[in-house]
Amino acid sequence: MIKFLLMVNKQGQTRLSRYYEQVELGKRASLEADVVRGCLARRKEECSFVEFKDYKLVYRQYAALFIVVGITENENELSIYELVHNFVEVLDKYFSRVSELDIMFSLDKVHIILDEMILNGHIVETNKTRILAPLLALDKMAES
Amino acid sequence: MSDVVEKTLTALPGLFESQTGAAKITNRLRQLIKSITELTSKHEEENLIKRELSAIKEQVSSPNTTMKQMREIMVRAMYCEMLGYDASFTYIHAIKLAQQGGVLEKRVGYLAVSLFLNEGHELLLLLVNTVLKDLQSTNLIEVCMALTVVAQVFPKDMIPAVLPLVEDKLSHPKEIIRRKAVLALYKFYLIAPNQVQHIHAKFCKALSDKDPGVMASSLHIYLQLIRESPDSYKDLTGSFVTILKQVLGGKLPVDFNYHSVPAPWLQIQLLRILSLLGKEDQSTSELMYEVLDESLRRAEMNHNITYAILYECVKAVYTIHPKAELLEKAARCIGNFVLSPKINLKYLGLKALTYVVQHDAKLALQHQMTIIECLDHSDFTIKRETLELLFRITNAQNVTVIVEKMLDFLCYVPIKTLTFAPDNSWFIQTMNDVFSIGGDLLQQDDPNNFLRLLAEGKPEEDDQLRLYAVESYLTVLKGHTSHLPQCFLQVMSWVLGEYAHLQESVDRREVIRLLTQLLDQRSVSSETRVWILSALTKIPEGQTDLILDLAESLSSSQDTVLRQQAQELRHLSQDSQLREWVLVENSCAVDSSLSFLDGFVSEALAAGAAPYKPPHQRQEELSLNLEPYSFSLPVSLSSCSITDRQSPTLLSVSSGLSGNSAELSTLILEGVKRVWGKDGYLPQKEATAPPVDEPSAAVQPASQQEAAERIEPRPEPSTQNQDKQQLASSLFVGLGVGSSVSLVRKLFYDGFTASLRGNVMDCLEARSTSVCHYALLMDDPHTNVSLTGTVSYQTQPGHTNTLPFSGTLSTADFIRPLVVTTEEYGKLWLSLSHDVKQNLKLLTDAGDPLRTTLNALKDALQLHVVDIIGSEGIVACRLLSGAPCLLHCRVNGAALAMWLRSPHPALPDFILYHCQRALAHH
Repeated sequence: MIKFLLMVNKQGQTRLSRYYEQVELGKRASLEADVVRGCLARRKEECSFVEFKDYKLVYRQYAALFIVVGITENENELSIYELVHNFVEVLDKYFSRVSELDIMFSLDKVHIILDEMILNGHIVETNKTRILAPLLALDKMAES
Repeated sequence: MSDVVEKTLTALPGLFESQTGAAKITNRLRQLIKSITELTSKHEEENLIKRELSAIKEQVSSPNTTMKQMREIMVRAMYCEMLGYDASFTYIHAIKLAQQGGVLEKRVGYLAVSLFLNEGHELLLLLVNTVLKDLQSTNLIEVCMALTVVAQVFPKDMIPAVLPLVEDKLSHPKEIIRRKAVLALYKFYLIAPNQVQHIHAKFCKALSDKDPGVMASSLHIYLQLIRESPDSYKDLTGSFVTILKQVLGGKLPVDFNYHSVPAPWLQIQLLRILSLLGKEDQSTSELMYEVLDESLRRAEMNHNITYAILYECVKAVYTIHPKAELLEKAARCIGNFVLSPKINLKYLGLKALTYVVQHDAKLALQHQMTIIECLDHSDFTIKRETLELLFRITNAQNVTVIVEKMLDFLCYVPIKTLTFAPDNSWFIQTMNDVFSIGGDLLQQDDPNNFLRLLAEGKPEEDDQLRLYAVESYLTVLKGHTSHLPQCFLQVMSWVLGEYAHLQESVDRREVIRLLTQLLDQRSVSSETRVWILSALTKIPEGQTDLILDLAESLSSSQDTVLRQQAQELRHLSQDSQLREWVLVENSCAVDSSLSFLDGFVSEALAAGAAPYKPPHQRQEELSLNLEPYSFSLPVSLSSCSITDRQSPTLLSVSSGLSGNSAELSTLILEGVKRVWGKDGYLPQKEATAPPVDEPSAAVQPASQQEAAERIEPRPEPSTQNQDKQQLASSLFVGLGVGSSVSLVRKLFYDGFTASLRGNVMDCLEARSTSVCHYALLMDDPHTNVSLTGTVSYQTQPGHTNTLPFSGTLSTADFIRPLVVTTEEYGKLWLSLSHDVKQNLKLLTDAGDPLRTTLNALKDALQLHVVDIIGSEGIVACRLLSGAPCLLHCRVNGAALAMWLRSPHPALPDFILYHCQRALAHH
């Protein structure tokens, strides 16, 4: 099961966070700081999975941005690693080459995309066309 | 690899001017984002967000704020909460936005609700009407978002209100609506399973939906249902297999592909479901062999995602009922993983290996050199996973090396490993290291288990161990003690209090002095002080002066518990009669029958309380108990991994109260001297070859030299390599010993061998006929034995006639009832180590299914039914003049859970086979 998904930049600033299991607001900042520290401490040649408290972190770096997913022990790390890439490919498709600023300016839309892919910590859709369909429909209605 | 362009901060101003990509962004949000990117300190952040929050507060309360502005306000509030600042005053406005906004605003309102509010938040009740309205909307987008939010957060009590609407959507013409409805129902099932009990038929319809997305969504429900009760969904196995086949065959539309792999996450989900269904169920497993084989074959493409699928597939192959051919292929796949230069694959390979060595420890042998390399890997994660793997192959021969490695790494020594300790001094010394290094990081249970292990041994046998502990602790206490962790001090004081008297040479005054010294230390916690005082109380009388001094000094302590204890100590040391009465020697003796409660119990019963039921009966009623009795044996890991396919939960040392942790109470000291086993080292050339099943009569090198000589043929081994090989040989000893699953299966298919013994019993002389009786005994069980032979006889002198004859015998012909009493059965059961578990068909055509089934087995196989109690029955048999086999049968739903044990490793398998046949033919 997926516990959370974070987008954090190299400076440790959170750009997006989605928790699938309740974490108190007050504890999130320190948890995110720990997560970033855990990932930044890793070298390139080390594997993309880190043990963290009682779960595992799967992280993937895109330019200055880290996408980190917290998962339970019984998850398949590599499939989550690829899920992250699928997510980025979807963002790329929607924003036509996504950047950190796109994510910041369209925080709500990135969330809407993510909601189509992951629900309650489960992977529910990975088909790019279908992930984007609701958001594209919304955009169309907003234009007209 | 990354297509993401990093737009640097220097490009920011331009972006803000041009507003590309975010054309509709309003001023305030843009300002906020700009300020956030410019933050340099936590303090600045705090000020910024505080200002922002008060601005938001002002705006939301203004009557002129439009819905469009409200949408932007929500995004700003999301930023504030994301940075960890409370914006709870906006929650109600999020609900309003969802209620009143246009489509886009509504979506953002719903999004804010799902981000801000946890399940159970009272404001959610205000959302119910909006959701109801949107579910009935003619606008598909609105229906869609309502279903999304229902699946994310929805008050449990209000489920009945929306349930009929959501159910309706299951037959909606649009796939996306059907899909979301299924996911909403899944959520309902998770939080309130009773509410959706009646719609199982609809789940089934969703599974066979023509749209792959809807079908895939229903798998979430099925994975959950099957995890909870695999037996109820066996009939769906065929459907899951067909779906997986279609996915593998590329029948899905192309947009389901990810990097040309068809729906990989769907495949993974299906593999998980199949492995749950096939677990410990031969006939169901047989249905999936073909598709698993295909899945293994298709993974040629060299992409991460195919490896993710492969990993899941390998796990499935090792979870379900084994098939030699598949196991071999899966083992080869693991080889590809662990030998991969890609570090992520290596990690996953180790994880897979950790899983499969529980079923076949020999697999670790093939990869021993890789494992050794990973053990010294610079990557912490890899190292950690390797230790996990080593932990699972620990046995009596390799324990010292493995524990040393674990201690090196960090104090990560699961206490259970130490049940293989080779001798007392090593054990105590290692525990000292564990306690002093790991100290208070240890799990609460670890010190307790250690003490229990010391306490529960038999006085004669384990006094040695206790003596050693006492001596060792006295030495430790004489040194520097201020750095020692509290739990170690507690352990030491308990042991000294309990066992110091065993060591006659020890001066008791010295013990008291050492313990008192501890009391004076500042670093000692008050909890530890209580332990120390208890220990002092237990040290036998005679040292009244010291004790009284101590009690005196503590009587003014600020800690009330200590003061209380000091009082008690004083009384006890002055009143020897009271002391004898309170402190019975060997106070560990526990009245396990709790007879002192009898009065209380009978009173309670008289007052109408329910009679006590032992835990296994209580579990029975919940039909959760999979084990016949709660006894458990000190089984060595290697035998465990072969016989018990239920993957023992090795990591958690179970809590002191559960019956299963009995394994801890004995140290397994057998086989200590044999340090170098035959499988000590296998040269790497053989690493890819399948494991050799030769009988253990082979080589058994006696010393390290010999083992090293054996590996000579390797071209120019560097010293470093040699070190590794030596490490390998000490880590992997004892793994190949004992029969493995594949070996047993092999016997199964072998038609016959010459292991029958026959002797002439007697020959009846007669004029023209002679009758000869031969007794055939079966030493090693086989399913079928063809018996061929010839009879030579002479009718005329010098002329010999030969008549060939043949016949087929099966194990069943050699099975005889074993008449034992229930008590004898119980004893015998405990002494047997080879066991097999399987669910069999239950004959349900009569009133008492268990009795009918057992009688059918008795008739077909000459078994002796020892006893039937409730839904459990015990049955015994033996091979003719050979090994016994005990069968424990329990009704488990519609199946008969059978657990067989025998001293002969293969016998249970054969008996099981015949039982299956007998029941199938009935």
